[in-house]
Amino acid sequence: MYRSHVLVCGGTGCTSSGSQEIMKALQAEIDKNGLTEEVSVVQTGCHGLCALGPIMIVYPEAAFYSMVKVEDIPEIVSEHLLKGRIVKRLLYNETVSEEGSVKSLNDTAFYKRQHRIALRNCGIINPENIDEYIATRGYEALGKALTEMTPDDVIKVITDSGLRGRGGGGFPTGIKWKLAKGNEADQKYVCCNADEGDPGAFMDRSVLEGDPHVVFEAMAIAGYAIGASQGYIYVRAEYPIAVERLTLALGQAREYGLLGDNIFGTDFCFDIDLRLGAGAFVCGEETALMTSIEGNRGEPRPRPPFPAQKGLFGKPTILNNVETYANIPQIILNGAEWFASMGTEKSKGTKVFALGGKINNTGLVEIPMGTTLREVVEEIGGGIPNGKKFKAAQTGGPSGGCIPAEHFDIPIDYDNLISIGSMMGSGGLIVMDEDNCMVDIAKFFLEFTVDESCGKCTPCRIGTKRMLEILEKITKGQGTLEDIDKLEELCYYIKQNSLCGLGQTAPNPVLSTLRYFRDEYVAHVVDKKCPAGVCKALLSYHINPDKCKGCTLCARTCPNGAISGSVKEPHVISQALCVKCGACMEKCKFGAIEKR
Amino acid sequence: MKSLEELKAIREKMQGQIGVRSESDTQTRVIVGMATCGIASGARPVLTALSDAVQTKNLSNVSVTQTGCIGLCQYEPIVEVMEPGKDKVTYIKMTPEKAMEVVEQHLLRGQVVTEYTINSAIK
Repeated sequence: MYRSHVLVCGGTGCTSSGSQEIMKALQAEIDKNGLTEEVSVVQTGCHGLCALGPIMIVYPEAAFYSMVKVEDIPEIVSEHLLKGRIVKRLLYNETVSEEGSVKSLNDTAFYKRQHRIALRNCGIINPENIDEYIATRGYEALGKALTEMTPDDVIKVITDSGLRGRGGGGFPTGIKWKLAKGNEADQKYVCCNADEGDPGAFMDRSVLEGDPHVVFEAMAIAGYAIGASQGYIYVRAEYPIAVERLTLALGQAREYGLLGDNIFGTDFCFDIDLRLGAGAFVCGEETALMTSIEGNRGEPRPRPPFPAQKGLFGKPTILNNVETYANIPQIILNGAEWFASMGTEKSKGTKVFALGGKINNTGLVEIPMGTTLREVVEEIGGGIPNGKKFKAAQTGGPSGGCIPAEHFDIPIDYDNLISIGSMMGSGGLIVMDEDNCMVDIAKFFLEFTVDESCGKCTPCRIGTKRMLEILEKITKGQGTLEDIDKLEELCYYIKQNSLCGLGQTAPNPVLSTLRYFRDEYVAHVVDKKCPAGVCKALLSYHINPDKCKGCTLCARTCPNGAISGSVKEPHVISQALCVKCGACMEKCKFGAIEKR
Repeated sequence: MKSLEELKAIREKMQGQIGVRSESDTQTRVIVGMATCGIASGARPVLTALSDAVQTKNLSNVSVTQTGCIGLCQYEPIVEVMEPGKDKVTYIKMTPEKAMEVVEQHLLRGQVVTEYTINSAIK
C-alpha cells in the first residue's frame, strides 16, 4: 500500500525528453529518503501534453509537474513527498489559478474540451501491470460479451453505436464485422492495423504504449462476434516501446487466462500474435498488410474480394485500426446509445488527433466529433506561437489535404473533411502559419509518397514521381503555367487509376493546395517569388544600408564569406556567394537583413 | 482465471489502490500535517496507517493527503478531516492506533471521535 503515487509519463515524447532518467533518479531519491514503502513510482502512457514533457503527476494531490529535470528531483522528494509542500514553480502554469491555488488538470484549456474514450487509460494506469487495467473495468466488456450476449448482439451494439473506422477510411465497423460473420469458413482472423505511418501521427502508438490490454480485449470481442480464434497485431518495429509493452501485456493476459482456451469458462478460445512490420507506409493499406503477415513482400492486391470474404491466408478476416479497437470495450459496457449520443449525425463518438506544427500545445487530444477546427487550434491547442496568423491545417497526412482559414469554423467529421477536399486520415493535424509555403508542403508530402510507393502499379510509381518533378521545377522558379495544368491533370489520372489507397490519395495534398492556394503556385511560376519566403531558389538576402550599423557580426557569422564591408560601414551580401542559410538574419541585432 | 468472479475480485482489490489517483470534488479529504514539527512528533506512521486503511477498506471517496505546518506545533501530529458541506474536524496528538479509530468511527460511520479533537483538548 502506498500513500502517494507518482506518475511519470513513459510515452515516446516524454521518453525522448528524458523521462527514463527522471524515473531512475526519482526512485533513487525516494529510497534515499526512506520513502520506498510509502511512495510508488508508476510509469504511464502518454498524457497528451507532449510539448511540456517530461510530465509527472503526484497523487493524491494531483499536482501536475511539467518539464521536470533531473536536478528538480531532490526538491520534489524533500518538499512534496516528504513534507507535503507542492513545488509551485514546476507546476504546469495552467493549473495554478490567479490566487495561487492549484486547479484540477481537467479545468485547464487543454483538457477541458477533451473527452477521452480511446485514451481513457493513457497516462492514468501503468501499462505494464494488467491489474491496473482490470481496476479500470478492464476485461469486463469481454466477460459481458461472452456470458450475456450472442455474437449477433455484439455486432448489433457496434452497428447501432455508429462507430466508424478510425484508420482513415471511416467504414462502419459493425457492418464490417457482420460481413465477416456471414462468411462461413473453418478459420477466420481478426487483425489489428498498428502500422501507423503518417508523418506526425502518433495516436495509435500512444494507445499501444499506454493501454495495450484494451486492444487485446477488443480483438477478443471481435473474434467472438465473427467466430475467429486467432488474432494478429501488425505493428511496426519502429515502435520499440509499443512492441515491448505489447509483448509483456500479451504474456500477462495469457497467464490470467484472458487469452487462450475457454476464456471465462466458456467454449470461446482466442489468442493473439504480434507481427512486426519493417515500416513501409504501404503496409498500412489492408491488403498489403495481410500480404506482409503472410510472409510475402508487402504489396496491395485488387479488391474485391474484400478481406471479409477472402482475407488473411484466404480466410474471412476483419481488420481494424488500434483506435477503433480502443473504443469497443467502452461501447459494450456503456451501450450503443451512450456512444451514439456523442458526435455528429454521421460521425459518432470522439476522434484522437496528434497536434503538431505551428501550435503551442503540441500533443495528443481526443475530442468529440463535430468540434470545430477553431476550437482545436485556438482553445485546446493554445493558438499559434509568436503571434503569427493561422494559414491552414493539414489533416490526413500524405493522403489528406490542407484546410484553409476560410473553413476554420467547420465541424470536424468524416464527411465534412471530405467535402472540403481533405480527409480524417488517421488523425495527424499539422498547423501551418503564414511562414509556410503551400507549394513546399505539397512537395514534402509528394516526396514521402514517392519514397513509399511500392511500385506495383504504374500510375502511382511513375505518376507521383512526375508530379514531384513538376513541383520541384515550380519551387526552383522554372515552372510554367502549363506545368500547373499538367500537374492537376496528373492528379486526377493517378487518383482514378491507382491500385490501392496509397496512390488513390497521394495527389490530395497537391489538389487541395491547388484548390485553396492556387495564387501561391502562380506567384512561384509567374512572379518567380515564394510569398512565404521558404523556397530558397526564389529568395535572396539583402542588407538595408539605413539600418546596418556595421557591427560586422553578420560577416563573422556567414559560413561562406559572402558578406563584406568595413567596421561601422553598411555591409553588402554577395548574391553569387550567398547560400541562403539565413544565419546572418538570425544574428543581426538591428533587423537590417531582409528576405526578398 | 476461469471466472468473472475472479476478475471482479482483482478489480475490487486494485480499485482501492488506484483510488489514490482519482480527482473529485465530492471526496472527503483527510489531511496530515507533515512539516518538521509533524514529522518530529510521529506524523509519518500516522499518514501511512491512514493511507493504507483507506485503500484496504476501499474507501474510494476519501483521499489522504499531506500538508505543511498548520501552526499548532504543540498538538502535532494533527489530522484534519474535511467532508464536503461539513465543518472541518481537527484531531490532535494522533497515533496510528488513534487514526484507526478515526477511520472506523468517523470515515466509515460518520461519527466524530470527539475525545481526540482539538475542541476537547482546549476545554
